[in-house]
Amino acid sequence: MGEIRNYTMNFGPQHPAAHGVMRLVLELDGETIVRADPHIGLLHRGTEKLAESKPYNQSIGYMDRLDYVSMMCNEHAYVRAIEQLLGIEAPLRAQYIRTMFDEITRIGNHMLWIGSSGLDLGAMTIFIYAFREREMTMDMYEAVSGARMHANYYRPGGVYRDLPDSMPLYKESPWTKGKKLKYKNEWRQGTLLDFIEAFAEDFPSKVDEYETLLTDNRIWKQRTVGIGVVSPERALQLGFTGPMLRGSGVEWDLRKKQPYAMYHKMDFDIPVGVNGDCYDRYLVRIEEMRQSASIILQCVQWLRANPGHVMLKNFKVIPPTREEMKDDMEALIHHFKLFTEGYSVPKGEVYAAVEAPKGEFGCYLVSDGANKPFRVHLRAPGFVHLSAMNEMVKGHMLADVVAVMGTLDIVFGEVDR
Amino acid sequence: MISVSKNLSDHLEDCFAGRIEISKSGNGQVAIRVPVDQWLDVAQTLRDDSRFAFSQLTDLCGVDYLGYGQSEWQTNDASNDGFSRAVEGLGPGRFDWSDRPESDDIEQRFSVVVHLISMTHNQRISMATFAADEGLPMVPSLIDIWNSVDWYEREAFDMFGIVFEGHPDLRRILTDYGFTGHPFRKDFPLIGNVTVRYDEEKGRVVYEPVEIEPRVLVPRVLREDSRYKADDIDKAADEAADSLAPAE
Repeated sequence: MGEIRNYTMNFGPQHPAAHGVMRLVLELDGETIVRADPHIGLLHRGTEKLAESKPYNQSIGYMDRLDYVSMMCNEHAYVRAIEQLLGIEAPLRAQYIRTMFDEITRIGNHMLWIGSSGLDLGAMTIFIYAFREREMTMDMYEAVSGARMHANYYRPGGVYRDLPDSMPLYKESPWTKGKKLKYKNEWRQGTLLDFIEAFAEDFPSKVDEYETLLTDNRIWKQRTVGIGVVSPERALQLGFTGPMLRGSGVEWDLRKKQPYAMYHKMDFDIPVGVNGDCYDRYLVRIEEMRQSASIILQCVQWLRANPGHVMLKNFKVIPPTREEMKDDMEALIHHFKLFTEGYSVPKGEVYAAVEAPKGEFGCYLVSDGANKPFRVHLRAPGFVHLSAMNEMVKGHMLADVVAVMGTLDIVFGEVDR
Repeated sequence: MISVSKNLSDHLEDCFAGRIEISKSGNGQVAIRVPVDQWLDVAQTLRDDSRFAFSQLTDLCGVDYLGYGQSEWQTNDASNDGFSRAVEGLGPGRFDWSDRPESDDIEQRFSVVVHLISMTHNQRISMATFAADEGLPMVPSLIDIWNSVDWYEREAFDMFGIVFEGHPDLRRILTDYGFTGHPFRKDFPLIGNVTVRYDEEKGRVVYEPVEIEPRVLVPRVLREDSRYKADDIDKAADEAADSLAPAE
């Protein structure tokens, strides 16, 4: 009789269910996983080092490219860190806009998550349903910033510009005409806020549709119930945050516990799971989408009633407008200095965190008083969650790796940075 | 939240008097600096003592203080030198630790910073230490206290070459297989040392020395901004008031 040895298998680096480029070395005993060793870094771009070589504002765009499905939340953490060091605070209207777009981002992120992890586990329809609504969150991004994904919209001291008064309309084409054209343009007749409101009012009914597809689906439950169970104690030890922590039953959400932007004015609930398995985390995320829609509606109401500035009037940090530059020498000088040199941030260090859709996204900033950061460290939730992969899949079957990877909601832009 | 932090710094004072340095920034964040030989001790107490109960480690990162407080462009006096000074000057990464210009209050090069969160008391703390040896920086591993530190320590090792004593699996994590050097050190060039391309003749991927020249687009500049020197302003105001007061 020959010696029986465990079988080692590569999962990735090019695997459709790996959600990006990851090599997972699996040690198998038959079809049971003995050890999983994720090899990451295939998407490492050195964002933190790049940020050290540029004035502060030039790195905001890099933040979009970290977790590239929740762009504005990443910007929010970075911008908040700078604001705290500078000792400035964005105007109220900008804070409301940030709150609203953080929630739009959350919906967009969870939509990608539910679509792709559904697809990984064999649920095809959910993917198409989810991407139908996700497209609208992209349209909101585009209307406000000009870019569908990499918005580069938040700035220290506010947001780049106010919400537009009109939404772009679909034009007639061989594919979009007649009734379909009218349907697609139905919500787009008014301002961006009208569009967002129509979307947020309708959205809970769409979440119901997702739930009819998955919540009581026998196959979905067989693939997720009791898979990747994490106890609350272990979840804390492993550094889990966001839905991963709440799925295990720990009620912890920075939006409630350490509120930033306008979350202290918002009325919403924090869903928590009971069993800490993939199914509970799915339920948590579903409920979060409903809560986000409600927060968006509250923001829309306030924003409609309260026009005003979206940027501070502080020429040491925020550039003056074109118009002001035309007849004010001071404004011209400030503009020149800001765009050739940038602003210097006082000496110190700060850690600012936001509740990104995937968990706590933090930015640790060290400044020595220069116009470039001395050190930026980005605390990405996906990095910590993925490090618990080994513990979560141990003892499960090979097919469950995909379920666990889906539930971690990892995006390699932020894991590798 | 600020009042909570106040209690926290009182408790820290009670518990570790003289062993650690406590500082508090304007936004109420508490930071402590711990000597490297007390690192594990302090961490254990912060987790287990019910006054602190820092149950979760959110973040760990390395910092390389080479070139801290150095600018590439003198800004205090007018000069007739141009931009090239910024490109060729003594910027970060263009000198060794031993040749460093005099810098204030930074004695060691490598630091490790940890961010903790206490869910019971809803407060945060950041804890930092400096590794003693610049050639082989070593810090005890926190892995037995907070398991979430695993990959963070691997990352800090990979990026800065900080060795975490007691870590069971200290491999590189983000860089390529067979990579040399520690890319986030300030003396590691931004453009890297090698490039990778596929060689058709050899039929495999080859590594070659990097060809492009490093460029500085915006020089690093330190500005003395009076707005951020509230203490100085207060002091000046006090002195002015004293000088105006009638002598007794």
